[in-house]
Amino acid sequence: MSDKSSIAYVATEEKPQRPAPASTTGVLGWTKENLFATPLNTALTILSFLFLAWMLPGIVQWAVLDAVWTADSYRSCLEISNNGACWAVVGARFDQFIYGFYPHDLRWRADLAFVLLCVALVPLLWDKTPHRGKMMLLSLLYPFVAYMLIWGDGFIFSEVESKKLGGFLLTMIIGVSGIAFSLPLGILLALGRNSDMPFIKSLCVGFIEFIRGVPLITLLFVASTLLSYFLPRGTNFDIILRVVIMVTLFASAYMAEVIRGGLAALPRGQYEAADALGLDYWQSMRLIILPQALKISIPGIVNTFIGLFKDTTLVSVIGLLDPLGLTQSVLADSKWNGTVVELYVFIAAIFFVFCFAMSRYSMYLERKLSAGDRH
Amino acid sequence: MKRNFLPVALGAAMALTAGAASASTLEDVKARGKLNCGVSTGLTGFSFTDDNGEWQGFDASVCRAVAAAVLGDPNAVEFVSTTGKTRFTALASGEIDMLARNTTWTFSRDADLNFTFVGVNYYDGQGFMVPKALGVESALQLDGATVCIQTGTTTELNLADYFRKNNMSYEPVPIETNAEARQNYLAGACDVYTTDASGLAASRASFENPADHIVLPEIISKEPLGPLVRQGDEEWSDIVRWVLNSLIIAEEKGITAANADDQKAKSTEPGADTEIARLLGAEGEYGAMVGLDNDFALRAIKSVGNYGELFEEYLGESTPIGLSRGLNAQWTDGGLLYAPPFR
Amino acid sequence: MSVTTLPPTETFRIGMLWTDTRYRSSTIQVIALFIVMLLGAFLINNIIVNLAAQGQDFSFGFLTEPAYYDINQRLIEYDSRSPHWKAALVGILNTLLVAVLGCILATVIGVVAGVLRLSKNWLVSRLLAVYVEGCRNVPVLMQILLLYGIFIEILPRPKAATPMLDGAFVATNRGFYIPSVISHDGAGVVLAVLVASVAGIIYFRRWARARQERTGQIAPVMLVSLGLLIIPTTIAFFAMGSPFSLEYPELKGFNYKGGIHMRNSLVALWLALSIYTGAFIAEIVRAGIQAISKGQTEAAYALGLRPNRTMRLIILPQALRIIIPPMISNYLNLTKNSSLAIFVGYMDVTGTLGGITLNQTGRALESILLLMAFYLTASLLISAAMNKYNESVKLKER
Repeated sequence: MSDKSSIAYVATEEKPQRPAPASTTGVLGWTKENLFATPLNTALTILSFLFLAWMLPGIVQWAVLDAVWTADSYRSCLEISNNGACWAVVGARFDQFIYGFYPHDLRWRADLAFVLLCVALVPLLWDKTPHRGKMMLLSLLYPFVAYMLIWGDGFIFSEVESKKLGGFLLTMIIGVSGIAFSLPLGILLALGRNSDMPFIKSLCVGFIEFIRGVPLITLLFVASTLLSYFLPRGTNFDIILRVVIMVTLFASAYMAEVIRGGLAALPRGQYEAADALGLDYWQSMRLIILPQALKISIPGIVNTFIGLFKDTTLVSVIGLLDPLGLTQSVLADSKWNGTVVELYVFIAAIFFVFCFAMSRYSMYLERKLSAGDRH
Repeated sequence: MKRNFLPVALGAAMALTAGAASASTLEDVKARGKLNCGVSTGLTGFSFTDDNGEWQGFDASVCRAVAAAVLGDPNAVEFVSTTGKTRFTALASGEIDMLARNTTWTFSRDADLNFTFVGVNYYDGQGFMVPKALGVESALQLDGATVCIQTGTTTELNLADYFRKNNMSYEPVPIETNAEARQNYLAGACDVYTTDASGLAASRASFENPADHIVLPEIISKEPLGPLVRQGDEEWSDIVRWVLNSLIIAEEKGITAANADDQKAKSTEPGADTEIARLLGAEGEYGAMVGLDNDFALRAIKSVGNYGELFEEYLGESTPIGLSRGLNAQWTDGGLLYAPPFR
Repeated sequence: MSVTTLPPTETFRIGMLWTDTRYRSSTIQVIALFIVMLLGAFLINNIIVNLAAQGQDFSFGFLTEPAYYDINQRLIEYDSRSPHWKAALVGILNTLLVAVLGCILATVIGVVAGVLRLSKNWLVSRLLAVYVEGCRNVPVLMQILLLYGIFIEILPRPKAATPMLDGAFVATNRGFYIPSVISHDGAGVVLAVLVASVAGIIYFRRWARARQERTGQIAPVMLVSLGLLIIPTTIAFFAMGSPFSLEYPELKGFNYKGGIHMRNSLVALWLALSIYTGAFIAEIVRAGIQAISKGQTEAAYALGLRPNRTMRLIILPQALRIIIPPMISNYLNLTKNSSLAIFVGYMDVTGTLGGITLNQTGRALESILLLMAFYLTASLLISAAMNKYNESVKLKER
């Protein structure tokens, strides 16, 4: 029996919202939330700051502030600045790090091969490429074109010897051909390992376990010193080809294990459904099993690619002039003797760019494909 | 598809086997039109690539001389850079026809590895280099020192023997390449750098202040460096041996790249040195004895010069390496170079 | 009404070997076997022909001949007159040393980094993201060389080095020196007491566990264990008159003498391998922890378990199952990557057997085969041991 008059005050309109307390918004709030939420957190933050304060100034000082960007020898670097990086060495030898000893006037061929590689990769990496199927077929031609461009065929392009190849050009050659050949080989090995033919299976298991059990460096020793024992007397083939074969075999064993994981993750029903449709082995693999298994294994596959790309640095142990091998020849030059850290940092940075890009692409692909799963 | 492919590949490989076997190195080289010659991946003065990527140096010139003698063209050489690890397998497997990579002539390499050392093109010995500031004047004061050595060479064996013999201890720092060794030595990561005396001189020459470093007087080993070939093909080892000897005889007789043709023309005149006539192919059928023509030595000398010219060009006192002839002088000057007579 | 259908009786034709699925797999295998045998015969024949043509034999006799070279880091007695097999053994021990040290440090780094990367602290998680991405995407060889180069160029020479911590620790560009422990008379007694107390702790833990299962009473396990570990040993130590002492490194002649010398090559290799592998382990640990659903934590809290017990009893046992298999392959990778030692002159088995021995004897075929056999055996043993452990933590399904 109460009426309105007995109520002293009724708000007829909504009150304006008050801003959240200053301690939970803005910079202050963010800081509190993310840096000083608990005592442990505060301690970690302080530790991190101390760490940064200890490391960063020295690194920035060395790499940027005190660094020398142009000079004609390590000695003149030291004259300009005594405790900075001597980046001048990178500028002075940049061409060598990219091309090795590839003849000067033919370098456009290596450039063209690289540009074509990018073009050939577009339909493989980007699924919205117009006429993707046809473009992919064209991409399959790339290895032949690249071979002709880089080594020459003796008719249109003059020939270039393998020993002239070096630097990141060599890294790309070994890396890209290793990646291109190890995937199909890895698929075959994985299928072989899952096969119900005991001999084929044990053959594949033996191969995979052997390769995974020994370091790449010993396989490179085999390529450089032992191959001549295994081949008929007098036969001899290009050292770069030998290295590519070894690196491919090495990566394919790891690839096989990654793909086997993908095959194992597929529900049994998929195999049975394929059989029920009356597909034969290769059809069911091609149309049903592999597309799904490969999709599941994409992160692992890309990780194997990244590993392979990083492993190309090992070829310097058998005397090939990859970027790492080239540092030896640069350091042998008395002008630049002493620029070790600079050269290593430069090479590490370039590898980082390539490998980081690959891992980001794999994450993007993973997200996109798993988004497709949800429907 | 896979099934059909393998036998085909295998068959092809077998066919290759049949085709690849062949009679003699000389025939192989002639058929190929190129000499495959193994050199070091890079050693100042002995083998290095110039700005155009061409191999030059004291060892590389031996390859060029052999190519000139056999094929008539000093540039018909395929240089194969070999590391300490790969050099012997490369030669044994036939990947290279000869190895000119400052390799020390030792019993086991000659006998056990089945190579033939055809002679000595440089008499070397292992020495020590130390910074002057260390205050060391003799290798016998090096007890407890840290020593940088290049692995894969006889130097590490000599070093072990030397310290053991003198009852001293040391800390070896094994290093793969000359460049790294230099870096370690200059940064003070080792007290001493040891390698062949010629290599020490070459390294020292490239330092900022060569005067701050001294090479100790002790030479702890004999290192006769020379070209080698596979054992069993006597014709080929004779060719390489006598090309090398020709260069040495040429210096002894005063034949140079420039005057070789004149000398040949003059050698048939009465009163001239008949050995010059034989060497340069003006008399006798000496070339035929090793399966070549009579001008083989003439071509070798004309293309690279005599031994003395080579030494001056790459190692001698006018170069940054600045080595004196020392043991490598002609026997007539008190050195060890003593080529057998060309007769 | 029964109809029996006899299988169609057809005569066997050669073509059926391929067209009939009953025979096809056998056909393929026979062909594969044939090819493999042919290939094997081809390779072996080539080896025989090549060895004969080079006048060489295939024998491991060189292993018993003196090696004639010195090795700087040797865990067993070795000098330049020791045979090649002993040099190889020294190398194997050096490989195992760096592999074991590396696996331990990599695990520590990886677990800490993996847990901290999940931290809500923005700065910490970012820093660790930089570490993980930075180290995973740069070749490990570059990291080894970079660290080695930094040690050589930046650390002082022995004569210029200043000992730290009262002379206990010296960092020079030839390596790091730490004190070594020297035992005197009576050391054995102290060690025996230590072993006895460890046995006591194990026994006590078993007893405490059994009692807890029987009566539900929780014994102060931690406190008692610590006490058992420290008190008797300390008493024995002083009772025997301090039979252990530390030997400090001292500058004598060219180098520091005494203490333990950890060479640059070892430290650079060890740290770089640990940092590199640690970055991978961090990702594995992170993924393992993230894979355990939040409900598990909430359920544990609801049961009244405190956070550290929740972690120890609920989360970790489940996460370990996900974490261990990829950890195994990372340990294997670390062991194999330790063969990069030759780039910094660390005398591991690749450096002795596959390096100097191979060079000095020219026995490339034998040396490399032995080298591969060693790595293969080591890999198989490690993975067998780790798989066994994996079995033991696996979900016991009933």
